[in-house]
Amino acid sequence: MKKTILSIAAAAAVLSFGTMAAEAKVKACWMYVGPIGDFGYSYQHHQGLLAVQKEFGDQVETAYLESVPEGADAERALERFARSGCNIIFATSFGFMDATNKVAGRFPDVKFEHATGYKREHPNVSTYNSKFHEGRYVQGVIAAKMSKTGVAGYIASFPIPEVVLGINAFMLGAQSVNPDFKVKVVWANTWYDAGKEADAAKALIDQGVDVITQHTDSTAPMQVATERGVKAFGQATDMIKFGPDTQLTAIVDDWGPYYISRVKAVIDGTWEQQDVWHGMKEGNVVMAPYTNMPDDVKKLAEEAEAKIKSGDFNPYTGPITKQDGSEWLKAGEVADNGTLLGLNFYVKGVDDKLPQ
Amino acid sequence: MRIELVKRPQQSALFSALSPFIALVLTLVAGAIMFSLLGKSPLDALYYYFVDPLREIWSLHELAIKAAPLILIAVGLSVCFLSNNWNIGAEGQFIAGAIAGSILPVMFPDFQSWIVLPLMLIMGMIGGAAYASVPAFLKTRFNTNEILTSLMLVYVAQLFLDWMVRGPWRNPAGMNFPETRDFHQYAILPEIWSSSGRAHWGFVFALVAAVVVWFMLSRTLRGFEVKVLGQSPRAGRFAGFSSSQMVFFAFIVSGALAGLAGISEVSGAIGQLRPTISPGYGFTAIIVAFLGRLNPLGIIAAGLILALSYLGGEAAQISIGVSDKVVRAFQGLLLFFVLGADTLIHYRIRFVGSAPRNAEVSHGNA
Repeated sequence: MKKTILSIAAAAAVLSFGTMAAEAKVKACWMYVGPIGDFGYSYQHHQGLLAVQKEFGDQVETAYLESVPEGADAERALERFARSGCNIIFATSFGFMDATNKVAGRFPDVKFEHATGYKREHPNVSTYNSKFHEGRYVQGVIAAKMSKTGVAGYIASFPIPEVVLGINAFMLGAQSVNPDFKVKVVWANTWYDAGKEADAAKALIDQGVDVITQHTDSTAPMQVATERGVKAFGQATDMIKFGPDTQLTAIVDDWGPYYISRVKAVIDGTWEQQDVWHGMKEGNVVMAPYTNMPDDVKKLAEEAEAKIKSGDFNPYTGPITKQDGSEWLKAGEVADNGTLLGLNFYVKGVDDKLPQ
Repeated sequence: MRIELVKRPQQSALFSALSPFIALVLTLVAGAIMFSLLGKSPLDALYYYFVDPLREIWSLHELAIKAAPLILIAVGLSVCFLSNNWNIGAEGQFIAGAIAGSILPVMFPDFQSWIVLPLMLIMGMIGGAAYASVPAFLKTRFNTNEILTSLMLVYVAQLFLDWMVRGPWRNPAGMNFPETRDFHQYAILPEIWSSSGRAHWGFVFALVAAVVVWFMLSRTLRGFEVKVLGQSPRAGRFAGFSSSQMVFFAFIVSGALAGLAGISEVSGAIGQLRPTISPGYGFTAIIVAFLGRLNPLGIIAAGLILALSYLGGEAAQISIGVSDKVVRAFQGLLLFFVLGADTLIHYRIRFVGSAPRNAEVSHGNA
């Protein structure tokens, strides 16, 4: 008898614990490829985490892992997250794609959000990305006005479609002002390596570029540009602190609104699989203040920004000629998202051979 | 005033046995101080570091996954280091093995048979061994410094892999992203006990390799040759041992094991080639080799401990919210105390007033 009572009590305890767990707060977890102190890509994602904390307060518990290597370690880190009670997990680098899908298959009750990828093999995997290239178009407009040599330098990370998309958008923006504008590209083959990025910046400046932009995450190019007296654009975050007299503007990734909406969906029980590609219009891509430029350039930049923000203008609107001189888009024709997400060729004016 | 390390005439057997434990206690104390200074409960931190990862079966699998490449590579390196060949390029040999082993599933995806996997493993070992024999050749033929050549070949291998997955081997269905096609089912190294976790046969290879190399080193003439040539090449020559043959032997054994680790990691844990396939296993294995005192059986323990420190670091990051930097600092503490304790067994510290007495001065062996 005593034993029965005990087991009933135990069962009750388990049950009540179970309901408690169900009512317990939502746990949201982030996995970053770089250190949160990179003042670039991972830093900005972490700002998104902080925005979630601020929005929901005690209602949401957060956790993060930084500098997670892509590969076997990513899968373990995701599994640990899933097992440690995370309800929604944001895997914020392209290289986490397969690991995310594998672990999602094992934990159907946990929601997975993968940034910049395209695989959604299970109903609990969503993908999200930002149209950073919209900001690059505006940068191109500014660069073409500010450059005296007519050549800008572009420090690129890896020749994946997202990066090519940015280079072309920059080129198109610049050509909208100066059809003969050129862009030189240096492939750093890293997302974050201050030494390599600084070397790339120096090499570009030595080749005569006088405006630098980057698709890597450290502040080193901004600092080199300051030393050598040329202008530069910040990447992923406002880098004005690192180049008060150098930065023209920066593309700021604001992940906060997206993260808040997805965590809220989990709280409300309305989370569903989706694939979003938000840009300026939705507030995911924000331009830092236009600085160190004359008023007319500033005005031009603001016009370009407003045009894109309103949704009326896609930087990838024809006529656009490929690098090899063949026609890509006819006048007025707009590239579809599928083509853009798999982009693997340059437009006219890019002074580089795309690594294939 | 200077501080000198003076070689002890005799090493205490007691403290040789105790040293890993002394080091562990010192690490725990220093770690506890560090965590309290950060405002975290030291007990929680140490629990998540050393106990939490061992509590669940899936996590033990992960431990095996992480330890397997470290042990495989370090066992090979022990042969190199004992024979006085400083192979710093295991990371490159790991990648070379992974590339060579991936030729079948990537270039001939339609060749699907049970024979594919054994062939991949053999090709991986050949790839690693061939890559390692480059610095061996340069050392024996031109007397180049193998530390430099083997290290520089790491970068060559990394960039070659990078080029392969972006260029010739890029997945035709992968939207231009840098990765090869997924390996087909016959090219995947199976899991040991798949119902409980994803540890693959690479861990078994590591254990077998450790035992075989231990036997070779301690019970065979070849093992004796390795040690004699390592400690005194001149004595080795009198015994009729060829030191250039030994250079090749050491590099090829070490390269083959690194290559096996590479193809096991790719076919077991990742399932395709990607621009980066190793978070520096080839370099971490150097630490593992010395932590295991260049004894293959000790290396098994050292590999598991280092793997645990990675997993524990992750658990601590998630559970108590310390940063990745703290985790690495703690790992550094562990290595510092282990190597420090080992050094003090062989050497004692002497404070010297002014006159240097170089004759007795020696440098740490670790």
